Amino acid sequence: MYITKDLVAASATPLVLGILADGESYGYAILKQVNDLSGGQLEWTDGLLYPLLHRLERLGHVESAWETPPGGRRRKYYRITDQGRAELAEQRRQWATVVDALRGVWSTTESLKPSTAIKPITATPAWGTGR
Amino acid sequence: MTVDSDNDLERQIAEWRAYMRRRRPLHDTDADELEDHLRSRITELTEAGLQADEAFLIAVKRMGSLDEVAREFAREHSERLWKQLVLPREPDAPTAARSRRELPVMVACAIAAAIAIKVPALFGLDISDDEDAEFYVRNFSLFVLPVLAAYFAWQRRVGLRVIGVLALLFVLGAVAANAYGLDGDSQSFVLTAIHLPLALWLVVGVAYVGGEWRSDRRRMDFIRFTGEWLIYFNLIATGGGILLAFTAGTFNAIGLDPEEFIQSWLLPCGVVAAVIVSAWLVEAKQSVIENMAPVLTRVFTPLFAATLLAFLVAFMWTSNGIDVDRDVLIIFDLLLVIVLGLLLYSISARDPAARPSLFDHLQLVLVVTALVIDVIVLLAITGRISEWGFTPNKSAALGENVILLANLAWSAWLFLGFVRGRAPFAQLERWQTRYVVVYAAWAWLVVLAFPFVFDFA
Repeated sequence: MYITKDLVAASATPLVLGILADGESYGYAILKQVNDLSGGQLEWTDGLLYPLLHRLERLGHVESAWETPPGGRRRKYYRITDQGRAELAEQRRQWATVVDALRGVWSTTESLKPSTAIKPITATPAWGTGR
Repeated sequence: MTVDSDNDLERQIAEWRAYMRRRRPLHDTDADELEDHLRSRITELTEAGLQADEAFLIAVKRMGSLDEVAREFAREHSERLWKQLVLPREPDAPTAARSRRELPVMVACAIAAAIAIKVPALFGLDISDDEDAEFYVRNFSLFVLPVLAAYFAWQRRVGLRVIGVLALLFVLGAVAANAYGLDGDSQSFVLTAIHLPLALWLVVGVAYVGGEWRSDRRRMDFIRFTGEWLIYFNLIATGGGILLAFTAGTFNAIGLDPEEFIQSWLLPCGVVAAVIVSAWLVEAKQSVIENMAPVLTRVFTPLFAATLLAFLVAFMWTSNGIDVDRDVLIIFDLLLVIVLGLLLYSISARDPAARPSLFDHLQLVLVVTALVIDVIVLLAITGRISEWGFTPNKSAALGENVILLANLAWSAWLFLGFVRGRAPFAQLERWQTRYVVVYAAWAWLVVLAFPFVFDFA
């Protein structure tokens, strides 16, 4: 299944913060965990995770430190801050609202199958193109 | 896996790294981080049974186009290449054509500014005449800064709405400078002459950020630009001074007196042209001198901190009050502005992700001493005001000291949090960029309202 770029981008921050809320981690492990959690459906381009991590660090949501495990390579670990936890809680509230609203729409819509009379909308939704 | 393929893999990774290093937004530590990622993926793939070279290819592919990764890094770390107003992208034909036009447009702007400053001469206002000089003192910034704003408006392709706002503000400045008919000896006249250029410089800032004046990062870019611009302008001014000396000396030697030519042509035209040329140089040559301003702040931060500390010690030792003469007050205000400049510039040039260092502690010392001095000066001013009442000068000094006090106090607080590892550096950055609005508001207030409030005194 293809997940649009906008959705991937929007969910990236809560996913990363959520994973780090469980304990410190590093880029590759975070990516693998996202992959596992989504059953391989959420495909991030590896390199783009790092600018995101750096942004979260600049905003103070996470902090980082280089560590060298015995016999291992030097590696940059990220840890969530208290501010990051607050941000995560806030994002969670927002996502819950969105999910609730969507659920409401799904249940009132009689059929999700595109009707034969109306052509399915194939273009990107208008609110997605602005980003 | 054979030894050969191991060596091969190392060579490939080294090449990949070298390729990455050519991208300026990526620093060594970022390269380390990405390389660790690449190696993790290669290990996983080879463990799953792939050959080393296959694993390498897949891992590189999964990393995504390095151009795209570099672009994302550039977006995040704009301080690393703040000068590249267009984020790195394939140079398309129109962009290339535009950058070829850059130089001629800059020259045209410099000439336009030089002509603008000579236009009043057509109406009999001679810049070297003492009577008419008042007009030039009042209006000087109005000849050059609109041209500079226009240059940036062209370069950033700003929309009509922003151009309208810019034009409106410049007209407002022109009205404020001339409509009140301030007396050349009045305090309000001097205050306007000082504050109007500041207010208009921030208007240029709106053009500089291409109308995105709400963006913290873009504001920080403008602060960086201001610092660099000052350095270039000073360099050109030094060179210009030498040129003037030679012109005067050599022409005198052959019995011609170039003084009038220098005073009414070379100097005014040279200064306004230098304003434009410096701005262009900052934009065009950033990578050459990019590291100059941070170096200067590093040299002068400890020196200024030591001086301020020495002053405080001497102040307490002798327990002399500050003699609140007008000139002395101005010295203190200038001193605080310089401290603020050092602070601002070191913030703008700093890697926001770097850990607190010894230099940051020094900076904190500087800010705190400046804060204490500001309080002493404020006490002196209020004492004087309660004794002799408000005058334009004292009110302006009071207002400025209060504004600086608020900024320094909160900066010190944020700095303390940062040095103790409690707060991210970005907070300090945001505080400074937001505070620019306060300066703009104050400068306009002095220019527009002070003459009224103080009855044109």
